[in-house]
Amino acid sequence: MSNLFDLLVAGLATGAIYALVALGFTLLWQTSQTINFAQGEFVMLPAFLMLAAMHVGAPFWLAIILGILLSMILLGLAFKLLLVDPMMRHGVLPLAIATMALAIGIKEAVKQFYSAEASPFPSIVPTGEVSILGHAVSLQSIGVLTVAILAVLGLTTLLNRTSLGHQMQAAAQNPTVARIIGVPVERMIMLTFLINAFLVALASLLITPIYLAKFSSGEVLGQAAFIAAIVGGFNQVRGAIAGGLLIGVLDNLAAAYVSTQYRAAVPMLFLIAVILFRPQGLLGRAEERTV
Amino acid sequence: MSGFARPLKIALGLAVIAALIIVPMNFNRYGLFILSQWAVMSIAAMGLNLTLGYAGQVSLAQGAFVGIGAYAAAIMTTHGWPLPAAILVAIVLSFAIGWVLGYPALRVQHHYLAFVTLAFSTLAFLVFRNESWLTGGIYGISNIPRPHIFGLATNKPLPFYYVCLGSLAIVSLAVWWLIRSPWGRAFMALRENPLRAQSLGIDTRRYTLMAFAIGSALGGVAGALYAPLTQYIDPVPFNLSLSLDLLLMVIVGGAGFYFGPFLGAMIAVLLPEWLRFTEGYYLMLYAVAVMLLLIWSPTGILGILDRYLAERRTKAASALRAVAKSRLETVQ
Repeated sequence: MSNLFDLLVAGLATGAIYALVALGFTLLWQTSQTINFAQGEFVMLPAFLMLAAMHVGAPFWLAIILGILLSMILLGLAFKLLLVDPMMRHGVLPLAIATMALAIGIKEAVKQFYSAEASPFPSIVPTGEVSILGHAVSLQSIGVLTVAILAVLGLTTLLNRTSLGHQMQAAAQNPTVARIIGVPVERMIMLTFLINAFLVALASLLITPIYLAKFSSGEVLGQAAFIAAIVGGFNQVRGAIAGGLLIGVLDNLAAAYVSTQYRAAVPMLFLIAVILFRPQGLLGRAEERTV
Repeated sequence: MSGFARPLKIALGLAVIAALIIVPMNFNRYGLFILSQWAVMSIAAMGLNLTLGYAGQVSLAQGAFVGIGAYAAAIMTTHGWPLPAAILVAIVLSFAIGWVLGYPALRVQHHYLAFVTLAFSTLAFLVFRNESWLTGGIYGISNIPRPHIFGLATNKPLPFYYVCLGSLAIVSLAVWWLIRSPWGRAFMALRENPLRAQSLGIDTRRYTLMAFAIGSALGGVAGALYAPLTQYIDPVPFNLSLSLDLLLMVIVGGAGFYFGPFLGAMIAVLLPEWLRFTEGYYLMLYAVAVMLLLIWSPTGILGILDRYLAERRTKAASALRAVAKSRLETVQ
């Protein structure tokens, strides 16, 4: 029933979502050396913001817009100003640990203020299947892939083709020189936090219809995104994308061909192998601060 | 802590120890359970403090070692082995696995190491859950006996609390000795400046592995006491959140301070009990408090105390200097 082609398509669809999350993760690392251990919870939260908006009577499309805007305010602006900025002077590790505490806080807040139970979440793509090359492919997978590809294309165009993107890259690669040539580095860093918030909100919108909205779902998502980011290469946009797709496919293949009990172990073992033998990631450059 | 006079410190220490022995005598079953849990978690956090606080190696796997120790003790004691033998096996097992887990630390640092150890935590949890022939799977292991120490049964909560407290005392003394030994100094050298440590002739490879192995072994000890304490174990308590909790204990108390883990474990174990009235909001408040604490002082609560004492010392020293200077001037 489930043959290789179906597994690959499903894997690429989840992988594309992982890639979005991993992408935001690496952006934060590149511009501000923030290791966001709450990234998974960042994906979990926007779905609940959208559900809450629908609870007070907003139609789905408005809830999506409100959810994305609120995410950008809470997970972008407030995260940067209230936690990252004051922690920045203490170094990489204390900030990373602070984000672990943030992860606990977000999880508990959702559990307390919304619900400890899983809630269904409407899909932006209609259910159904189309036939491609003689295989039935769900519209859901196609929709997820399309949105994710558009988001990645939009982001790479922004980074590589526009002046704003060049300024962001300059701010990430060498803040001192960027400042000298007049790049508003602080504003660029803030922009990456907003982009990250947008990406996680988008990922939330895509993945929650598949896995339901639950306060604890961020743990698995966060781990998948970390693994994707490290496997692909922490300092590369295309690394995060490749890593995300790879982990998505690997995850789905493991579910089919390895015992379901040890399914979760496969990406972990892969991660350990990559860190041991190629710590800069499959597509990453070796970098002084990573090793 | 060096701001206090020595006799005062000794008196304070004795008073705390006496209080830990005498006060719980009137506690009910639940109070004793919580205090025993504090002792056990202090041991695990002390191990992590060696790895993280003194040697500077991040580990998100301490909870897995508590699990390994707990399963070792549960399996052995339910098969008729005495607890001390089980503790020994837990130590050896955790030490060996910790040693192997240290190898990635030779190649990668900081957050990469955090992710390797995180992956290990997840793998260990999967083994606990799936290898039901050994661990009982999701049903766990029940009826774990409590030991007889010198012929005395410790089935009742109070005697077993003394077992936990005694173990904590032994571990505390051993760690106290360790961090004052050349090894402890080598660990700190590793944390402060690995390159310089190496150029001074310290075998950084060996000490990195050692820091992991010893820290993990203490996690195993804690686990071996946890199993007879709860008398029932299943995989759930040993998932990633235990590792995160232990990490936060070390950080909140003060990483790299000897008394940090005691304080951190006290806050993590006792505070939920005192904050019962907040109901489900407790963990949320804890998370916010940890973030505020880290913003204020990334070296934890003892870091604040340490800074305050250091400030007072510099003030006292500059006052002395001022007096000496004015005397000098009057002589002239």
